[in-house]
Amino acid sequence: MIDPTQAGLRESATFDRATIASIQRAAETGVYDIRGWGAKRAVPHFDDLLLLGASMSRYPLEGYRERCDTDVVLGDRHASNPLHLDIPITIAGMSFGALSAQAKEALGRGATEVGTSTTTGDGGMTPEERGQSKNLVYQYLPSRYGMNPDDLRSADAIEIVLGQGAKPGGGGMLLGQKISDRVAGMRTLPAGIDQRSACRHPDWTGPDDLTIKILELREITDWQKPIYVKVGATRTYYDVKLAVAAGADVVVVDGMQGGTAATQEVFIEHVGIPTLAAIPQAVQALAELGLHRKVQLIVSGGIRTGADVAKAMALGADAVAIGTAALIALGDNHPRYADEYAKIGSAPGFYDDYQDGRDPAGITTQDPDLAKRLDPVEGGRRVANYLRVLTLEAQTLARACGKAHLRNLEPEDLVALTIEAAAMARVPLAGTSWIPGQNF
Amino acid sequence: MVALNEVGAEKAVEELVKVDLTTTSVRELNAELHAPTARRYEVHNPRGAEAIAVGLHDAVDVEIHGPAGYYCAGMNMHADIVVHGNVGTGVAENMMSGSVRVKGDASQSAGATAHGGLLVIEGSASMRCGISMKGVDIVVGGDVGPMSAFMAQAGRLVVCGDAGDGLGDSIYEARLYVRGSVASLGADCVEKEMRDEHVAELTELLARAGMSHDASEFRRFGSARQLYHFAAHNSAAY
Repeated sequence: MIDPTQAGLRESATFDRATIASIQRAAETGVYDIRGWGAKRAVPHFDDLLLLGASMSRYPLEGYRERCDTDVVLGDRHASNPLHLDIPITIAGMSFGALSAQAKEALGRGATEVGTSTTTGDGGMTPEERGQSKNLVYQYLPSRYGMNPDDLRSADAIEIVLGQGAKPGGGGMLLGQKISDRVAGMRTLPAGIDQRSACRHPDWTGPDDLTIKILELREITDWQKPIYVKVGATRTYYDVKLAVAAGADVVVVDGMQGGTAATQEVFIEHVGIPTLAAIPQAVQALAELGLHRKVQLIVSGGIRTGADVAKAMALGADAVAIGTAALIALGDNHPRYADEYAKIGSAPGFYDDYQDGRDPAGITTQDPDLAKRLDPVEGGRRVANYLRVLTLEAQTLARACGKAHLRNLEPEDLVALTIEAAAMARVPLAGTSWIPGQNF
Repeated sequence: MVALNEVGAEKAVEELVKVDLTTTSVRELNAELHAPTARRYEVHNPRGAEAIAVGLHDAVDVEIHGPAGYYCAGMNMHADIVVHGNVGTGVAENMMSGSVRVKGDASQSAGATAHGGLLVIEGSASMRCGISMKGVDIVVGGDVGPMSAFMAQAGRLVVCGDAGDGLGDSIYEARLYVRGSVASLGADCVEKEMRDEHVAELTELLARAGMSHDASEFRRFGSARQLYHFAAHNSAAY
């Protein structure tokens, strides 16, 4: 076989190898590609921003001597029992069904160890997760699979999910190979079917109805629980305004890089806007309502490092949520499974077939033998370690900017490396005072 | 409602408590019903208020005299609730157990996602009645609107009148019984044979609901189970 690059062969930029493989796969099977993970295409992201450390005009804090606090209160607008988290990095909603019970437990253990929250997902709350999560956010989804008022009352907050970044406007899916008897029982479905979740809530349509739905949930929980509203990032400015008008205590905005357990590839890559573009829209909406920092903003979709955390907060987020990164911390895509990834046609760094339940790392599976590979205690330790590193990194950057609390980071601390990022994030292009679209 | 809460539980347990929503708020009413000091309640002058008697989890009797708004009796567990009037969207949504009886008509999404219990609507129900139902029994004395029993997973929906368009679209394992006409069936919903066991369960259900119809007058509908797995030839059905 010849080496195409050495032979001077030219690959098409339009029909690259992934595109050719996709067309050939469609022609073979007659069905669209369903996969996990989030958008893989390159989009403007936090890497396109830089923080302006202190110098003559700003005063830095000593890295190992002066405090940089990290705590955050979520949901104190209307709820009598808001969440008080030690760090502003939360675990995003991921379902039991998409993940193994061991993985859910590990996420709860890790989050609890560092004083943050984790979140249920489509399919209800498991005892393992509730038992190991000091702060557990209960998702209220269109499918209402496993929706139980006792679980609602036992939750620490309620997240009404309107959409997610990987598929704004789309419902969930869980393919038959992951619908074990336990998953099927919790969802009241026949085992082994390809399960489709609804994309709209069954008993309300539009923001006026949502206002009444939020009232009902508050009444059921005696106005104790914070109520979040989660949207996939699209028309974020308007969606945030409507969510707040409907009574949300917290708004969660999930950008297009946010992960999924199973969605059509075409949906993941072609619907929604990047996280970077969504945050300023959300902050603008909150600021115009006079509620920025009063209705808290949680941002998710592609958070990987403490730098991402710091930059999201500088743009105006009160907290962030991680999903894909937490799975990687648990062992997803680890090189030690290279041989097993190869057997199922993948490789470390590329594995995204969360939908088919054959995850060698035992995370995105309901196969009991595979799931046993993940020790929830060890997994929890790894997640806690990772969350600590994110926090330390974010604190390092915040101190360099002279901030005694992560929430004190501000857009003025940021510049952009590209015109696109400057326009989306609404911060100046580095070395200039130019914010495209705002001043010319 | 302060006076209500001051009533000792031991003394009040068998008493009937009357609540007037012109002088008592829905918040005060629900707080009382979440920690009941009595076994029986009458609610007067609801005047279409939203979220009346939601999230109950004790075996109490609640009679609501007048029209109720959205989500009346939402997420009910164990309680028996009667509404002497019409109800708004989402009556008894996500009910787990107990019963809810509406002596009038119901708006959209009656009994949505409910897991258990019995919902009786003596009048008619609007669109999406029984949407995503997960085990509840729903008996409607009159008609149901379009897209009723959409994605219905489990339980039984009984319609003593007519059903609108798209009945049972994308239905899973719920069983539907209709006495009158069906405007059209949704994707993957088909008419099925009415066997003896179905006549028997329907007879029992009609009796529990207080309906006098003969079960043999009904037709049964359910899932053809053709959409349970993704397949290219089903693309027009999704």
